[in-house]
Amino acid sequence: MNAIIVAALWGVLMMYAGFVAKGRSTNLLAVTGVIVLLVVNWLEYLGLSIFSIDTKGMLVYNSFGLLFNEVILFATLMYFLLSGQELGKSNKTPSDLYALIFFILAGIAIIAGFKSLLMLFIGIEIVSIPLYVLAGSAKTNLKSNEAALKYFLMGSFSTGLMLMGIAFLYGDAGTFFLEGINAGMGIISPMKGIGLVLLLASMSFKVSAAPFHFWTPDVYDGSPTVFTSFMATIVKSAGFFAFLKLFESAFGNIHREWQILMAVIVFLTLVIGNVTAVFQQSVKRMLSYSSIAQAGFMLLGIFALNVFAKQGMILYFAAYSLATIAIFAVLARFKDDSIESFNGFARRQPLVAMSLLVSFLSLAGIPLTAGFFAKYFMLLAVLKDATMLWLVVVAILCAAVSVYYYFRVIQAMYFKDLTADQEQQQLPEFNRAFKIIILINSLLILALGIHPDWLTNLL
Amino acid sequence: MPIIPVNYYIFLSLALFAIGIVGVLTRRNAIIIFMCIELMLNAVNILLVAFSKMHHVAAYALDKTTTVGTEAQLFVFFIMVVAAAEVTVGLAIIVMLYRNIHSVDINFLNRLKH
Repeated sequence: MNAIIVAALWGVLMMYAGFVAKGRSTNLLAVTGVIVLLVVNWLEYLGLSIFSIDTKGMLVYNSFGLLFNEVILFATLMYFLLSGQELGKSNKTPSDLYALIFFILAGIAIIAGFKSLLMLFIGIEIVSIPLYVLAGSAKTNLKSNEAALKYFLMGSFSTGLMLMGIAFLYGDAGTFFLEGINAGMGIISPMKGIGLVLLLASMSFKVSAAPFHFWTPDVYDGSPTVFTSFMATIVKSAGFFAFLKLFESAFGNIHREWQILMAVIVFLTLVIGNVTAVFQQSVKRMLSYSSIAQAGFMLLGIFALNVFAKQGMILYFAAYSLATIAIFAVLARFKDDSIESFNGFARRQPLVAMSLLVSFLSLAGIPLTAGFFAKYFMLLAVLKDATMLWLVVVAILCAAVSVYYYFRVIQAMYFKDLTADQEQQQLPEFNRAFKIIILINSLLILALGIHPDWLTNLL
Repeated sequence: MPIIPVNYYIFLSLALFAIGIVGVLTRRNAIIIFMCIELMLNAVNILLVAFSKMHHVAAYALDKTTTVGTEAQLFVFFIMVVAAAEVTVGLAIIVMLYRNIHSVDINFLNRLKH
């Protein structure tokens, strides 16, 4: 509850700050905001709620929700620190964009604690609507326009599906509360079945799981890189949290009935995401397919729905968000985002290249990085579930495929030299603050790769 | 006064919803797609109000002071508000697009990509 109110108020503050604050001070104000949010959210985790509002049980926070929110807020802090400079350049009044991001954080805080389908709907919409604006924030760029329009149409379409699903669930159960829908003897009435399938489809849309992933590459590719970074990490994690919580709390007792549907979605997402990513020439587009592929792994947690899945999910949010934010922050400095533009990067920027190396290794799931344990927990969850072990085999094979396309960038950074005309081009420069933060970021990834229990024990 | 069974409302709502979905999938004009999405949302509104009445009538037979069913009607207001917010953002995006390409045809965008 703390986080919702502070985030919304800080969003309003950021809007008005546009009149006085310029340049760096806007970024500073936003970073302060996220730190305040981190503190108040942590206080609530410790049991100290500043605002106590009677929501009639529609918003209830448990340690899982608050920990998720904390991870998201930390990722946002890293995002502001690493990409703040680019964000400031992308618009004449960056404070508006920061304000929109704070409103999204308020929506994510609602998602972290929803107990009623009404709050799920409100939370997802508060996240989505500002995001449509962010996707189209490069107003004169046609690709950005296209991304905004496509995202908007697909997003509202999936909202329509979700609402229809909610309406049918209400017709069946007579309540919007998750417990009320979960009640009963595990029998699926036709109305509940329709509601379940519609919600499954719409949530798959939101988290870009195959076969509802087709909008993702265009939207991620077209949006300005700074906002692709935000969309692909923080907002996607929020979507997954909503997905997990909804299917655990509302459909937990009919888990076996929809598990096969979920298995099909997981399989398609893993295979399509990984295989298509192999053929991409642009790093940005490769990362958007890789985000589909990573979504496949996160879906394994929703498939299994046990305690390992929850731990793995939190770890996955942290590992995936930190790594992807770092990569996008560097990518945003490049003029063109083909793999060739990374040629010889290690020689020019050894420290940044090192950090990128750790991030890519983490995404590929190499041991000693956070990504390894994230994937490990997901696979463990499926193994403990012990119904469809073939999914584990598919997931491991797909992880092996993913090594190929992540290592192509590493290879370009370390083993290829600049071509003659690349020597002429202006190279991205990184100031000392950026280097320190990206180094801290990669150290965190390594720390979580050695001690995942630091995060999972908090659950 | 005879009461119309809830099935009729479900069929009406599903018909509107299906028209909306088909419109989204087949039309190429961004504004018409947008209208079809609004149609889908309004189909949901009809359904929610019908279900609200259905649950209310069932509960009213047992208890004359019941408030069962009001939450769905409140939900409808939330859908309207959110739909209005979506309209503002959506129309702004379409206007932005029109300024750049002087068209609201979504095929135009696909042609630009390659």
